[in-house]
Amino acid sequence: MQRMEGLSKLSGREQYVDDLPVPGCLWGATVRSPAARGRIREIRFSEEFDWDEFVIVDAGDIPASNTIYLMEEDQPVLADGVVRHVHEPVLLLAHPSRDMARRGATAVEVIVDPEPAVLDFRLPPDPAQIQYGVDNVLKHLRIEKGDVEKALAAAPIVIEGVYETGSQEHVYLETQGMLAWEEDGVITVQGSMQCPYYIVDAFKKALGRDESQIRIVQTPTGGGFGGKEEFPSGIALHAALLALKAGNPVKLVYERGEDMAATTKRHPSRVRHRTAVDEDGRLLAQDIEVLLDGGAYVTLSPVVLSRAIIHAGGPYQCDNVRIDGRAQLSNSVPFGAFRGFGAPQSLFAVERHMDVIADRLGMDPVALRRRNLIRDGDSTATGQIIEDGADRIEVLDTALRLSDYEAKIESHTEFNRTSQTKRRGIGLATFYHGAGFTGGGEVYLDSAAHVAGLPDGGVEVRTASVEMGQGALTIFAQVVAARLGLSVEHIRIGAPDTAIVPNSGPTVASRTSMIVAGLVERACDDLRDQVRRSAAEVAEPAGELPEPANTASADAAVQPLEGDTMVRAITGWHARNPGQELIGKARYIKPENIEWDDETYRGDAYGSFAWAAYVADVEIDLLTFGVEVRDFVAVQEVGKVLNETLARGQIQGGVVQGIGWALLEDFVWRDGAMLNNQLTNYIIPTSDDVPPIRVAFLEVPYAFGTWGCKGIGELPMDGPAPAILNAVAMALGVQATSVPLTPERLMLLVHPELERAG
Amino acid sequence: MNAAVERGGTMISIEFTLNGDTVSVEFDPRDRLLDTLRYTLGLTGTKEGCGEGECGACTVLIDGLPVDSCLVPTYQVRGRRVDTIESVDGGTLGAFLEGGATQCGACTPGVVMTARWILANPDLRRTHRLRELMAGNLCRCTGYDGIIDSIEEGLKESQS
Amino acid sequence: MNVLLPGDLRQALDMLSGDGSGAIPIAGGTDLLVHWPQHSEAHARTYLDLSALSELRPVTWTDDELILGGLTTFWDIVQDPRAAVEFPLLREAGRQVGAVQIQARGTWAGNVVNASPAADGVPVLMAYDATLVLESSQGSETAALSDFYVGYKEMKRRPDQLITQIRLPRREHTFQRFFKVGSRRAQAIAKVGLAVVNSKAGWRVVAGSMAPTVCRCPSIEALLESGALIEAPEDLLSAVRSDVSPIDDIRSSAHYREHVMARLLFSEVFKSGQLPR
Repeated sequence: MQRMEGLSKLSGREQYVDDLPVPGCLWGATVRSPAARGRIREIRFSEEFDWDEFVIVDAGDIPASNTIYLMEEDQPVLADGVVRHVHEPVLLLAHPSRDMARRGATAVEVIVDPEPAVLDFRLPPDPAQIQYGVDNVLKHLRIEKGDVEKALAAAPIVIEGVYETGSQEHVYLETQGMLAWEEDGVITVQGSMQCPYYIVDAFKKALGRDESQIRIVQTPTGGGFGGKEEFPSGIALHAALLALKAGNPVKLVYERGEDMAATTKRHPSRVRHRTAVDEDGRLLAQDIEVLLDGGAYVTLSPVVLSRAIIHAGGPYQCDNVRIDGRAQLSNSVPFGAFRGFGAPQSLFAVERHMDVIADRLGMDPVALRRRNLIRDGDSTATGQIIEDGADRIEVLDTALRLSDYEAKIESHTEFNRTSQTKRRGIGLATFYHGAGFTGGGEVYLDSAAHVAGLPDGGVEVRTASVEMGQGALTIFAQVVAARLGLSVEHIRIGAPDTAIVPNSGPTVASRTSMIVAGLVERACDDLRDQVRRSAAEVAEPAGELPEPANTASADAAVQPLEGDTMVRAITGWHARNPGQELIGKARYIKPENIEWDDETYRGDAYGSFAWAAYVADVEIDLLTFGVEVRDFVAVQEVGKVLNETLARGQIQGGVVQGIGWALLEDFVWRDGAMLNNQLTNYIIPTSDDVPPIRVAFLEVPYAFGTWGCKGIGELPMDGPAPAILNAVAMALGVQATSVPLTPERLMLLVHPELERAG
Repeated sequence: MNAAVERGGTMISIEFTLNGDTVSVEFDPRDRLLDTLRYTLGLTGTKEGCGEGECGACTVLIDGLPVDSCLVPTYQVRGRRVDTIESVDGGTLGAFLEGGATQCGACTPGVVMTARWILANPDLRRTHRLRELMAGNLCRCTGYDGIIDSIEEGLKESQS
Repeated sequence: MNVLLPGDLRQALDMLSGDGSGAIPIAGGTDLLVHWPQHSEAHARTYLDLSALSELRPVTWTDDELILGGLTTFWDIVQDPRAAVEFPLLREAGRQVGAVQIQARGTWAGNVVNASPAADGVPVLMAYDATLVLESSQGSETAALSDFYVGYKEMKRRPDQLITQIRLPRREHTFQRFFKVGSRRAQAIAKVGLAVVNSKAGWRVVAGSMAPTVCRCPSIEALLESGALIEAPEDLLSAVRSDVSPIDDIRSSAHYREHVMARLLFSEVFKSGQLPR
């Protein structure tokens, strides 16, 4: 099926929040903290403005609780007396002119008496810097398997390494934006978001309203990548507070510079590995410490850390594993959800470390991985037995074959002997990504989906799962089309509107196709059952009563009530039940064999893992130290592929985002604030910076995923950085340990003597 | 209101050809072509991605050449021909739909406008690679393959 | 904000010396309009729109000169087959300015007067010994581009003058190379820009992003003239350091800039030795 909303996007008809015409609406703007940490002494309004023209909101205008409801309640909606990071919202303004709102925000000065700020999460905090608990540790988690100390003590070889990753800005092309107004006692917000019900919860807490007085509607969302998971709760509250005070609709749309500086980003990390191996490269023990920079508030750091540590050991069998994880406070903008959610950081470390181990052992990195990759029956660090029938060796071999790996090792070695100014290398990463919420998370979410039969005989899918480019609408439509035998013109996907749709959970964690689409499918079944029961009750004449075409089959998938018969049955239902709603419903059911213990961090961390092997082929210019990715092969086992075009697009886009993180996307920080918050200076790849991304799928159906699928959205973010740096290591013989590997950093790695020379 | 923050000078008005029709528009002289299209004329298909001429989401054609409308003062299009995404016939976009050229859609109108320029000037490929020609349109979703493949396909279709 | 809309050059020059004195000339707008809505201080000024001065757009060839008009765009040159043959560095530099959307609007003269040390167009013009023609209602003057800049964003242009021509002498170029080291392949601001040309007039080595202005590098030029044997990139560092004064900024480091400039010169210009393995 082609992308449902594709033509609307291609022809510019899709209306994002900034495109919605709202006569008479005011424009919002945000006044932010200039300091990383301190007490607000004074807020000074420039005398050059007539402030009576502005609506002004501060912390005192928050009706209930000044907190953005998420995992903890430490982050205020608006700073009240103290600030904990540069760009923290302090005051809100609205004005009928967008230009005046913008100027107004720059004419308010927040004067802060500074306090000691944490500007490097890797350093132990001074007592004066403590802002959370006794040690600024936002979360501490640990995984233990076997006896690591004993194995390390007995091991013939122990190899250590420290790996670091920088932050990353999402750069969704549509910036954050919300429109809010109150009508008949209901506060309504429309905007760009991934999780409408997160915002409902945030509104209940901060505004002290019950759900019937809150309506959150997602507008077409121009990219999310996690950046519109938790952050929109704050900006939605800001728009709502302004609208409530103004008694008028208010639009709050960030400009790019504000969006880049003030919104969440990927957690920076430092990961230490201490690995015991034998001479043949078998992993005997993995001792791993994961440290994440959480930023100024807790937000989602505990769960990002959770995913980081669960993935930290890599897709390898090892009997003795200890993974200790901490998320540490710093006085920078809170780091948040970003495609991969902690896994890219810890997988970068382990996959880079695998090549370091191979190098130390004088072993082929492919052979080292082949020796240790999980086979069916082996277990992960949390003790999850993997028995999914996927062949991880075949994934690896496919990637080697498609990339012409062996031949390129040879030709590159020859090239490097002769070229004066270039070096070539090829490198790989083997990895995995668990889809869906961790452990018991899906049970906690208790997701629901509806499929409504409409009076005209069409059906409407109602979920809170949003389209942000990944193709959710199309997958839902595919499922409905197949399940009810309907053609596309009979299928609508309702806007995620919390006044109408049930909570199908957040649009995150690669869970929408795998889990929510399955709920939609079961809701279709429920709809059909209702229609059938109703028709049976009135004992319609045989001609109209849909009769099973194949009574021999008990399989719901081949239920015969479908297509035109289905359309007529739905219109018939409405004729019999005028004015009533026909809604098929489904709710999440936990697969029986998934067991997880959140206390001990043991058990089945995810219902399924997707498995991948990525190969990067690079060329380095020895004059400029620029690294060019010349070829990239991405092979993955993802259960069943539901839509080839969409799936390939997810992989290609994720790989290019990963290439950016690996080589280009550097941050310049000053006092906890991003200095290069412009697209001119924060460098993401253009079409000319990346090669065609060659994608291949292996498919082993996953029993509990929709039509056998597993999640794929985040997977491609995990592999590019280690594969590229491994290729650089092959080309130059230097072991780079951090990303982004900018030319400036590579120069000093290749020529450490230049640093000494100054 | 104090003079220091007074709104810009008096409104000015110009005529230009927009999507084939002559239009007359009155605007604040500070308004960029992007602002005039979106907020004065209601043509919101042209998107703002960065406001610094980097992302190309606001690409329109002026006298047939792709430009970033966030860097064009409206007064500079007097007497000129401006084509926006609204001029594009959806029926011509099949290759882009098939090829996966759009995901979130925020960069897409700009991508389509640059692509139309390339499709209208196939000789460009004698001196330029497609990936170079498209480098002014940042996309964070597709990894560019869907876009480049779709244009290749479009070029093939237009040649056959 | 005030904008003056002259219909031809004469009118424009009269405005600049009369009512519109102090107005800021605007051509392609690709520098002036960056982050425009946020630059409210720029909204209080008066602008002189050059876009209707069509007489300044064409390129002309004489027996001994290529003359770019004051409004000739980068794209005009990128597309020009004749310029590609005789002044290939113009095309190379032009096609590395932003992307097509910027090349289609940005002008060579605008690039000169914007006076960014990181300008892509200026190093190649300077390496080709460009002369600027500055016109005002008082008459016309010429200035060599190589001594047009007097400091960061400071230049020998009176506020009533417009650059109406950029004149490049037609010579046989026995060596010509342009290097732009950016943070990515397209749409990048140069970390190091380097244009090197040799002709009967001698060696011209021009550096961008290495000093407060784009500038000639006399020490490097002297080394090239002397035919000095250079054995390693580091041997060029003292000449580099006497010619330019790169800084650390949000795009790169001074250290990287000077080493890369030395390496490019060593490997691609001096060509008298091999990079150490």
